[in-house]
Amino acid sequence: MPTETTKSTFGQGVRDASPFILVVAPFGLLFGVVATEAGLNLLETMTFSILVIAGAAQLTALQLMTDNAPTIIVIISALAVNLRMAMYSASLAPYIGPAPLWQRACAAYFLVDQSYGLAALKYEARPDWTVRQRMAYFFGTIAPVCPFWYLATLAGALIGSSVPDWLALDFAMPITFIALIAPALRTRAHVAAALISIIVALILAFLPYNLGLLVAGIAGMITGAEVERRTAERSAA
Amino acid sequence: MIDTATIWIVIAALGIGSYFFRFVFIGLIGDRALPAWVLRHLRYTAVAVLPGLVAPLVVWPPATEGQTDAPRLAAALVTIAVGLWTRNVLLTIAAGAITLYAGLYLAG
Repeated sequence: MPTETTKSTFGQGVRDASPFILVVAPFGLLFGVVATEAGLNLLETMTFSILVIAGAAQLTALQLMTDNAPTIIVIISALAVNLRMAMYSASLAPYIGPAPLWQRACAAYFLVDQSYGLAALKYEARPDWTVRQRMAYFFGTIAPVCPFWYLATLAGALIGSSVPDWLALDFAMPITFIALIAPALRTRAHVAAALISIIVALILAFLPYNLGLLVAGIAGMITGAEVERRTAERSAA
Repeated sequence: MIDTATIWIVIAALGIGSYFFRFVFIGLIGDRALPAWVLRHLRYTAVAVLPGLVAPLVVWPPATEGQTDAPRLAAALVTIAVGLWTRNVLLTIAAGAITLYAGLYLAG
């Protein structure tokens, strides 16, 4: 239907993103609880979630701060987790690049895993959409995701330190991260990147300032990119 | 306890840095394409950093003062297996949590 209105593409975005409430809400709750347990007050916890809106990077920073890693290491490691946002930005640029700057500035703030994943698939499937329809769809995908992220963080921060010890919340973060990564290991390159990262991080765990993680991250990225390049070469040959 | 100044510096740096990453291409570079090798590296940042962050926490959990702990190790392995098998994040978290609590209960 080439006659879809921007209103209807917004609605499609809302519908497509609704299932993500189930992922975002527990993750936000976890961040709120873990941040409060680590000693952040309500203002700090909420500002964190509202300014950064990226759970994995936020939990990474929190974990490293709890470990007393130097501030610069905390920032570099957490930003490395968010480097993928630059890839999302590059991948959507051809589709929404011509939109007005204020719209792109807003979209950039809301560029999260869920909105990117849905929009990238949709834009590819519907090349007939106008830039306005694409923007409307993008903001539609945000509506069920980001408000729940803020609210869940708030709920977690309020529950905070009343979480009993037997819940072993120390291990909620590792389990959540593994659960996010494992389904993303779609190709041999992804698996290789993750394996090298694990091996290097364990071998270099003795290094001070969590430097092992930085080396592991870089080694993992290079491995993933190199395996992908070789796989492409082999299938082209 | 983490000191207040550190928290605010980290929040500000992550807020600005993350926004920059998100804005840089759709905002500044527009619809010009990036070199393939850059995109190829960016694609693997999350799967390269997060496993390296988690692995030491699984093998040497801070909650047990770094002693390798059977319930936590088992929970991590089950989470990996269920994640690879089902590709469903929520189901995977549930499987990991159940394994952890069963393990902690059995270990007393």
